[in-house]
Amino acid sequence: MDIKQLVGLVQGSTLSAPEMERPLTCGYVCDLLSWVMARGQPGMAWVTVQTHLNVIAVASLHEMACVILPDGIMMEEAVLQKAREEGIAVVTSPLSAYHICGLMMGGGLPPPET
Amino acid sequence: MSPANICAMARLKGLDLIALTDHNTGGNLAACGEAARRNGLQFVPGMELCSREEVHLLAYFRDLDAALQMAEAIRPLLPQANNRPDTFGHQLLMDSGDRVLGEEDALLIGALDADLETLTGMVRRLGGAAVPAHLYRGYGLIQVLGFLPETPRFYAVELALGQPVPEGCLALYNSDAHQLGMIQERIHALPVADVPGLIAALNGKLPGILTENANHHKEGSTPW
Repeated sequence: MDIKQLVGLVQGSTLSAPEMERPLTCGYVCDLLSWVMARGQPGMAWVTVQTHLNVIAVASLHEMACVILPDGIMMEEAVLQKAREEGIAVVTSPLSAYHICGLMMGGGLPPPET
Repeated sequence: MSPANICAMARLKGLDLIALTDHNTGGNLAACGEAARRNGLQFVPGMELCSREEVHLLAYFRDLDAALQMAEAIRPLLPQANNRPDTFGHQLLMDSGDRVLGEEDALLIGALDADLETLTGMVRRLGGAAVPAHLYRGYGLIQVLGFLPETPRFYAVELALGQPVPEGCLALYNSDAHQLGMIQERIHALPVADVPGLIAALNGKLPGILTENANHHKEGSTPW
């Protein structure tokens, strides 16, 4: 699955779209950034309600592919700007985090390797 | 915990200064300030704010007026829910003699609808200081956001003894007392004279205090 396919799958809109054909490696959901810092992986699609600038820093640290905001949450332009600079896609979806994760799993995107 | 009890205990412990930081409210600040004065304690009116990110932020103010302005400003940002005393306990409003005046109905335990940057800005515009609470614990800034952000810049953080002090930050070792017995002995001190001095230090306006304070804590925990 690539970012473009993910956007379709979760009925999302892209807020930052650096490289839509980038393949995704795994999916994850968590809102504690310290937790994600210890578990992020390259190519990950990360679902979170957090929109702080640190989200992009954590995603970038692990060379994640994509951040997905559930429940129609938006991100401030300054944060999106940073996401574009760092090559991180940001997608907002009207669906809940639970629903998004279900769709990602059903669509064949695996959990991270442990 | 009640205003007269807190202040009498603080006096027994030999403290010079106390702050009251109830969660998302200033409803007991006037009463506690009065009880503090009666006990010869300097008093910092404050609040523990919970941001939209669910980061706890201590707000300290120079005077009651500023603190109450903040309380008023966050009122519309509270979650639209009523307290459930059977689950969360009673949110009592008291006078300085511990008489119950009433009860706060709005649920104070939740997150405010404003982010960390916005709340910090509000506190500072009122002349107050914003300090991330229990930095490495649950609802602490490091746990929630992973690391100290570039903005807002914080000049002081609340820590437990032995935890790493972020560079350029003043460490506050508060008792964070939620019960009377948790109020600490007179073991931590800051080289400031009064409440405005404390606020200035917490806002990074007294850069010398960092080294002075670090040396103090290296020497041991005897009072100043």
